[in-house]
Amino acid sequence: MDALNSLLQGLAIAAQPINLLYALIGVLLGTTVGVLPGIGPALTVALLLPVTFKLDPAGSLIMFAGIYYGGMYGGSTTAILINTPGESASLATALEGNKMAKAGRGGPALATAAIGSFVAGTLATAGIVFLAPWLVEIAINFGPEDYFALMCVAFITVSATFGSSPVRGLTSLLIGLTLGLVGIDKLTGQARLAFGVPELLDGVEVTTLAVGLFAVGEALYVASRRNHQEERVEPVRGSLWMTAQDWSRSWKPWLRGTLFGFPIGALPAGGAEIPTFLSYATERRLAKHPEEFGKGAIEGVAGPEAANNASAAGTLVPLLTLGLPTSATAAMMLAGFQQYGLNPGPLLFAERPDLVWGLIASLFIANAMLLVLNLPLVGLWVRLLAIPRPWLYAGILVFAAMGTIAAKPSVVELSLLAVFGVLGFLMRRFDYPIAPVVVGLILGPVAEAQLRRALQIGLGDPLVLVQSPMSATLLCIALIALVAPFVLKGMARFKADRDY
Amino acid sequence: MQTTPADRPDAGGMAIAAVLLLLAAVILWDTTTLQLAPTYGVGPKAMPYAVAAALALLAVGNFVLAWRADFPAREPLDPRAIVLILGGLVALIAIIGLGGGFIPATAVLFAATAAAFGRRAVHIDLAIGFALALAAYLLFAKLLALSLPAGPLERLL
Repeated sequence: MDALNSLLQGLAIAAQPINLLYALIGVLLGTTVGVLPGIGPALTVALLLPVTFKLDPAGSLIMFAGIYYGGMYGGSTTAILINTPGESASLATALEGNKMAKAGRGGPALATAAIGSFVAGTLATAGIVFLAPWLVEIAINFGPEDYFALMCVAFITVSATFGSSPVRGLTSLLIGLTLGLVGIDKLTGQARLAFGVPELLDGVEVTTLAVGLFAVGEALYVASRRNHQEERVEPVRGSLWMTAQDWSRSWKPWLRGTLFGFPIGALPAGGAEIPTFLSYATERRLAKHPEEFGKGAIEGVAGPEAANNASAAGTLVPLLTLGLPTSATAAMMLAGFQQYGLNPGPLLFAERPDLVWGLIASLFIANAMLLVLNLPLVGLWVRLLAIPRPWLYAGILVFAAMGTIAAKPSVVELSLLAVFGVLGFLMRRFDYPIAPVVVGLILGPVAEAQLRRALQIGLGDPLVLVQSPMSATLLCIALIALVAPFVLKGMARFKADRDY
Repeated sequence: MQTTPADRPDAGGMAIAAVLLLLAAVILWDTTTLQLAPTYGVGPKAMPYAVAAALALLAVGNFVLAWRADFPAREPLDPRAIVLILGGLVALIAIIGLGGGFIPATAVLFAATAAAFGRRAVHIDLAIGFALALAAYLLFAKLLALSLPAGPLERLL
C-alpha cells in the first residue's frame, strides 16, 4: 500500500515535537475562535498569514489545518449552549442541541458532538488518505484547459448552485473576480484597474479582503442591528458521560453524518451547511421517536456534528490534490500555500511528499487533541462566552487592523480594509454570500492564467478548450450547474401559478 | 430564506444593480486604455472584458430581483453604531498616517468599537485598548519581528 507507506512517513514528520506544538497551537486557536461568536476559522487563518510568513511552511500549514478542524469543534459548543451558532455549519446542531441544554442534558449533547466530530474527522481523514493519491493519478494528466474547466465548475457550484439565490451568489463571485483583476498582469506586465495607485499594482491583498469582509463587516453588521437583550448561556448541567442509550442512539447518526459530509465536502460544491441539514433531515426521518425532534433529540446533534467535521476534511481533498478551494477557510489555506510559493496539486505530492503527508498525518493528531480539549476541558471554553460583546468585537477589530498593517504597511491598505468592511456589511444586510468573493479573488487569477496558457498552446484556437474529453465534460457540468437552479426555480414558479 | 414579493420595487436593490453596471463600465474603460502588441491567444484584455460583460448581465439580474422586491426584509439599523466604528477606522488611518504609531491608533479603534456596542465608559475602554495594543505590539513587533507602524511611543519601547 503506497498510501499507507506515505502516511507512515507523514506521521514521523507530524510527530516531531515542533510540529506537534504547531498542531496544538492550531487546535487551541481553532477551538477558541469556533467558540467565540463573530470570528471564524477563515478570518483566523487570514490574520495569521502575515504572522506566519517567516515560519516553516509545514508547521504553519499544520497549524492552519488545526484551526480549521478546531473551529468545527468549537462552533458546536456555542451552538449548544447559546443557540447562536458561531458558524453556519453549526446551525443544524443548534436546533436540537440548545433544546437539550435547556432540558439539562447539555453534557451529553456536548459529548455526542465532540465524540461524533472525532469519529467523523478520523474516518474522513482516512478518506483523504485513500482518495487523494487516486485523484492525484488522474490530475497528473490534466492540461491547462482541464484545470480551467475544473475551476469553472468550482466557481459555479460555490456561488450559484447551492446558495439561496444564484443571482446573488454569482454577483458575489464576480465582485471577487473583479478584485482579482487589480494589479499587474503577470504575463505582460500591464497594470489593470490600478488607477495609478502604486499600492494597487501588487493586487488586492487576500488578508485585507478577508479581514475586511469577515471581521469589520461582521462587527458593523452585529453592531448595527444589536438589540439590547443579552444572550443566555446555558450552564452545562448533567454529567458529561453519555448513557448506554445515548451511545446506541448516537453511533449510527455519526456514521451517516460522515457519509453525507465527506463526499459533499470533497466535491467542488462547497459549504458545510448542505450536509449538516441533509443529515438533520435524515435523522429526523429515521428516528424511532420522531416526536422528540424539536424538543432535544440526541440524534439531531450527533448527525449534523459528524457531517460538518467530515465535510471540513472533505474540502481538503480538492484543495490538496487540485488546488481547488471550496470553502472560505480552504480558500485562505490556499493563500497560505501560495505565500510560500507552493501550489497544491499533483506536483506538490511528487515534489514535497513530506509536507503533504505530514499535513495529512497531523490531521489525525489534531483530531485526537481536539477530543481531549473539548471533552474534559469544555468548562474552560464556556468561560470564553462570558467575554462582554463590546470588548470582544473591539479586540477583533484591533487584531484585524494589526493583521492588515502587518501584511502591507500602508495607509492605502487600511483604507481598503474599511472599504471592504463596508462591502461586507452591505452584503450581509442584502443577503449576498461572502465566501464566493474570497474564492473569486484567490482562484480568479489562477483560472485566467490556465485559460491563457491553454489558448497559447492551442495557438489561440478557442476550440482547444473542448478538445480534451475531460474539459468538455467539466464545462458541460458547469453549464448544467449554472442553468439548473434557474430552470428549477422557473418550474417551481410555474407549479405555484397553476395552484392558484 | 423566505421572501415575499411586495408591490414596490426595492430601492436598495436598484442601487446595487446601478453600482454593478457602473463597475462594469469602469472595467471596460480601464481595459480600453491598455496598450498592447498583438500576441498569440488572449492577452490581458480578455478576462476584464468577460468580467465586465458578466457584471453587466448580473446588474440586469439584480435589477429584476429589485423590481420584484425579491430581497429579504431588512432590520432597522442603528446608524450611531456604524458611524462610531467607521469613525474609529478613520481615526486609526489618520493617526497612523500622521505618524502617531500603532498603539494609540488601535487604542482609539478599540474604544470606538466598544462604544458602538453600547459601552459608555470611554476612559476605561481607552485604557483597556491601550493595554491590549501594547501587549500586541510587544508580542508581534518585538518578539515575532513583524513591522508595525511606529510613532513616538513605540520608539521608546
